Amino acid sequence: MRDIFKIALLFSTIRLATPLLLASLGGLWSERSGVINIALEGLLLAGAFTAAVVTHLLHNPWLGLTAAILAGMATALVHAFVCITCKADQVVSGMAINILFLGLPALLSGAFFDSTGATPQIPKGELLPIAPIVMAFALVPITWYVLNRTRFGLRLRAVGENPEAADTAGIRVEAVRYAGVILSGALAAIGGAYLSIGQSSLFTRNMSAGRGFIALAALIFGKWRPVQTMLACLLFGLAEAVTIQMQGVTPIPVEFIQMIPYVLTIVVLAGFIGLSRPPRALGLPYEKKR
Amino acid sequence: MIELRNITKRFGNVLANDRVSLKVEPGTVHAIVGENGAGKSTAMRIAYGFYSADSGDILVDGVAQRIASPQDAISRHIGMVHQHFMLVETMTVAENIVLGAEPGSAAALDLKGAEAQVRRLSEELGLAVDPRAPISELSVGQQQRVELLKALYRQARLLILDEPTAVLTPQEVAELFAILRRMREQGKTIVIITHKLSEVLELSDNVTVMRDGKVVGQPLKTKETNAAELARLMVGRDVLLRVEKKAAQPGDTVLQVQDLKVTAADRTRRLDGVSFTVRAGEIVGVAGVEGNGQTELIEALAGLVPAARTSGSIRLAGDDISSLDARQRKERGIAHIPEDRHRRGLLLDFDLAENSILGVQRSRPMAVGPGGVWLDEAAIHQRAERIVHDFDVRPPNIALPARSLSGGNQQKLIIGRELDLHPRLLLVAQPTRGVDIGAIEFIHRQILALRDGGCAVLLVSAELEEVTALADRLLVLHQGKIVREVDPARTTTAEIGLLMTGGSPA
Amino acid sequence: MKLLRQLIYPLLAVAAAFLVGSIFILLIGDDPIETYSLLIGSALSWPDGIGYTLFYATPLIFTGLAVAVAFRCGLLNIGAEGQLIAAAFATAWAGITFAGLPAWILIPLCCLAAMGTGAVWAGVPGVLRARFGAHEVITTIMMNFIAVALASYFTQYHYKKEGDAILETVPIGESGHIARFGKFLPGFPERIPLNLAFVLALVACVLVWIFLWRTRWGYEIRATGANPAAAAYGGISTARQIVLAMAVSGGLAGMVGIGEVLGYRYRYYDGFSAGYGFTGIAVALLGRNHPVGVLLAALLFGAFLRGALFVDIFTEHVSKDLVLVLQGVIILFVASEALFRGRAARLARGKV
Repeated sequence: MRDIFKIALLFSTIRLATPLLLASLGGLWSERSGVINIALEGLLLAGAFTAAVVTHLLHNPWLGLTAAILAGMATALVHAFVCITCKADQVVSGMAINILFLGLPALLSGAFFDSTGATPQIPKGELLPIAPIVMAFALVPITWYVLNRTRFGLRLRAVGENPEAADTAGIRVEAVRYAGVILSGALAAIGGAYLSIGQSSLFTRNMSAGRGFIALAALIFGKWRPVQTMLACLLFGLAEAVTIQMQGVTPIPVEFIQMIPYVLTIVVLAGFIGLSRPPRALGLPYEKKR
Repeated sequence: MIELRNITKRFGNVLANDRVSLKVEPGTVHAIVGENGAGKSTAMRIAYGFYSADSGDILVDGVAQRIASPQDAISRHIGMVHQHFMLVETMTVAENIVLGAEPGSAAALDLKGAEAQVRRLSEELGLAVDPRAPISELSVGQQQRVELLKALYRQARLLILDEPTAVLTPQEVAELFAILRRMREQGKTIVIITHKLSEVLELSDNVTVMRDGKVVGQPLKTKETNAAELARLMVGRDVLLRVEKKAAQPGDTVLQVQDLKVTAADRTRRLDGVSFTVRAGEIVGVAGVEGNGQTELIEALAGLVPAARTSGSIRLAGDDISSLDARQRKERGIAHIPEDRHRRGLLLDFDLAENSILGVQRSRPMAVGPGGVWLDEAAIHQRAERIVHDFDVRPPNIALPARSLSGGNQQKLIIGRELDLHPRLLLVAQPTRGVDIGAIEFIHRQILALRDGGCAVLLVSAELEEVTALADRLLVLHQGKIVREVDPARTTTAEIGLLMTGGSPA
Repeated sequence: MKLLRQLIYPLLAVAAAFLVGSIFILLIGDDPIETYSLLIGSALSWPDGIGYTLFYATPLIFTGLAVAVAFRCGLLNIGAEGQLIAAAFATAWAGITFAGLPAWILIPLCCLAAMGTGAVWAGVPGVLRARFGAHEVITTIMMNFIAVALASYFTQYHYKKEGDAILETVPIGESGHIARFGKFLPGFPERIPLNLAFVLALVACVLVWIFLWRTRWGYEIRATGANPAAAAYGGISTARQIVLAMAVSGGLAGMVGIGEVLGYRYRYYDGFSAGYGFTGIAVALLGRNHPVGVLLAALLFGAFLRGALFVDIFTEHVSKDLVLVLQGVIILFVASEALFRGRAARLARGKV
């Protein structure tokens, strides 16, 4: 009996960690290049909404996934433009996108589907429950390899640590950062797509429920490195899995159980951030010094 | 080899380069001299494509070129070693050198190949360095060698060095010059930007002097000129190389430091047990190559280093102040003119009035009421006007943001603010960095006047001439320790330089 | 002249938001002009339009001031939402628990409960930031979720009326009520919930101005936000300023509870907040973190909230979520023009 519990818990953990992992790997690409990406929450929602709508209309989840990736990249492009070219405060820009995607999906679905923010249910055969999980975990070694063993990865890391050094070496700092941010949009959108057409079968208002921020905490906990970030996401996934298992089984009120992931995030941040060293140029728009 | 014709560049309302024209002959060492802010770095950064000129031409080997980015310069075999190193600390030497021209394919970086190439290159050129070492573990001299290798890896034929000796010990400077001479023999062309005339005379073949963004005088051959002429061109009038100074009349001990140790955030020991005293009415100077603990010394005395990272005793007129914070020390009469005025000394976006109360915002008459809660606008304005007037801050408008003032005027404001405290002890670091010559004299006179009035002054300066001219006693700092105390009037610069590197004169 | 230049960018941001909004409205199949006239027109009618606009502006002034004060210290307080929820619940709790007391004790008591709870709810992330370097954006958002969960729990299991289907607490004591405008303004109906909390909000604007520019506390907060290294040099403890700024910020956000509980519903009503905490961010940014600007921006967004309801009902497809879209675009535009007005400073990561 116990073994079934443990296996079920393992599967749950992996499933629940998947959107976190995709979002935080996305965040990794952006932040290693020096651009803070608080917009992961909004990107998750953008991906989730687009995937649900397109899958519903075209009855094909792969097209939905592709559309979600495009939507994520487009949204990330806005963030990139505001942060890199306009040199705005990156955290504020990220929050703006999050607020935008609190409202935009509801606005559009309210009009097209006459609902308060949810899209119509998608039949079981048109969902993608497995593929995103595979993608998420495959992306961990891929990310490691690209970051540490390719030209692009080396340049991206240089841009995030010392953009002036990269500039004087002939690298186009802004172009590399745009690439990092747009990539983060693509990955986070896959995570969002998994939420709406993988884990469930529709999009509901604000369905990410703070996962974008938890993913960011996982990234910090994981020291902006792929493998450690994955472990951090698994930890948060485990917390959520335990939360779900506990509901109905213990006398603790459900509201308290639901708080666990959020409290855990705070504890993690408070306890471990001192040990994490962010990319040196993180959050600083690049301007040639006088 | 390379020629600039009528290069003009403006930053905001500052004209950094005003129709700058100069010509560098192939196979020579060409020095560009001038004071801080003369426009030397700007001109060369334009040549390197880091900035783009508003107007003017760049000719390489006689042909006009469009150099719009460092990539363009690199592809024309122009390399530059910047004043502040452009190295990624977390990466290795090899990764830094090949950055931007990495061997291997887009899908697979050939790190082994990169390391082999770097090793080969460093042996060829006699620049010993371990390709696999992370930059964070290298000394300053070694880091500079990495910068040179970077330029040479990209096959630079013209090498531009911006203030290369600012952070080197005299020994390292000699090694660098040997390397540069060797490169000249190999047919490379070298441009060296510096404000140190001795180096110009020692190393270069030709000299261009810049002042206030313009080239002054005719192109000069180094053999045909001398320090006095260069100095006059640099400054525009005969420079007083010694400042007028009365004899010191030291009184009681004001500052007593015993076995002061400071550890940095990365756990390295920056100050390793220094002990000294400063008496009222005297200026104690601290000489040393930057990075040997001077910054930490001043900050620890001002109360800006967390107690957990300092040890040892600091006494002000007999009282132990080691446990007091910065504000309390200020209230006890310790004034501090910081070495980085933009970072520590000013709130650039606030107006002069609000800057004038930084550090004393709790005291009367600036603040009234319990705990100094209410700011007295009238009193603040009155005091600010007085400071601005007495210390010749221009323009004398206290409603302007501090950012709009020139470096010299900003420094005068800070000095005025601190001196208005009528301090017992003045801690001052790099008082004339980035300040124009007129303000420099004013500032020196203020410091001497303060000393004559009975204040104790601890002066740190990277400008050896400044610190030897002003100080009554001179402490030489090397690797966090005081190696010797000397009398600046009786010790030669050469001897002091030797002490600064840890050597001992006969 | 300078004032004009200060106004241009916010106006530009609002205009841009309207433009982008129209694209989406067209996409949905409605008429932007019609939508916007409904939006603005319904906000300006008398007495309902203006009344409700000012009523909605009240919490926005509080949250706008809250975010502005935090911003002045270089901090981004995203947690105003959680702070006002926790505070509102605390206000109701005080009003219920001490219901028997006379008005002149009960009302200040409830106000203290509101401000104190808000201050603590923001103070905790402040301490975590000051002590551990934990970024306040993430911690305050987590506190939002926790606040919602706790308030729901306590309402559901401890303070609800038996058999009441709505998730709300029992009413507070009568003596805790704050007068609505209708009570003393002739011709103004009492059904409009605009109450004295609005006057309190105006007073708060003045107090915040005095706090930031006429007290030493405010100077030290602004200096810390502008340049932490220089502030340290000036003897200012960055850690203390962070906690102080967050506490003041939370206290201001908490004042939303006063208007909501003492002046409108007279109880804690689960889900009462129409995103006031998040809108506060847009209000602060649009108002350039200055009390006067915050007031003007809060009035604008109050008008939006009022108009949004009409738009929701009277257009074919546009829902009140349009306002969120407008907000997001405004913030993006305001953030982008930081480039032109000389660097809005942000507290560097744990570096002093």
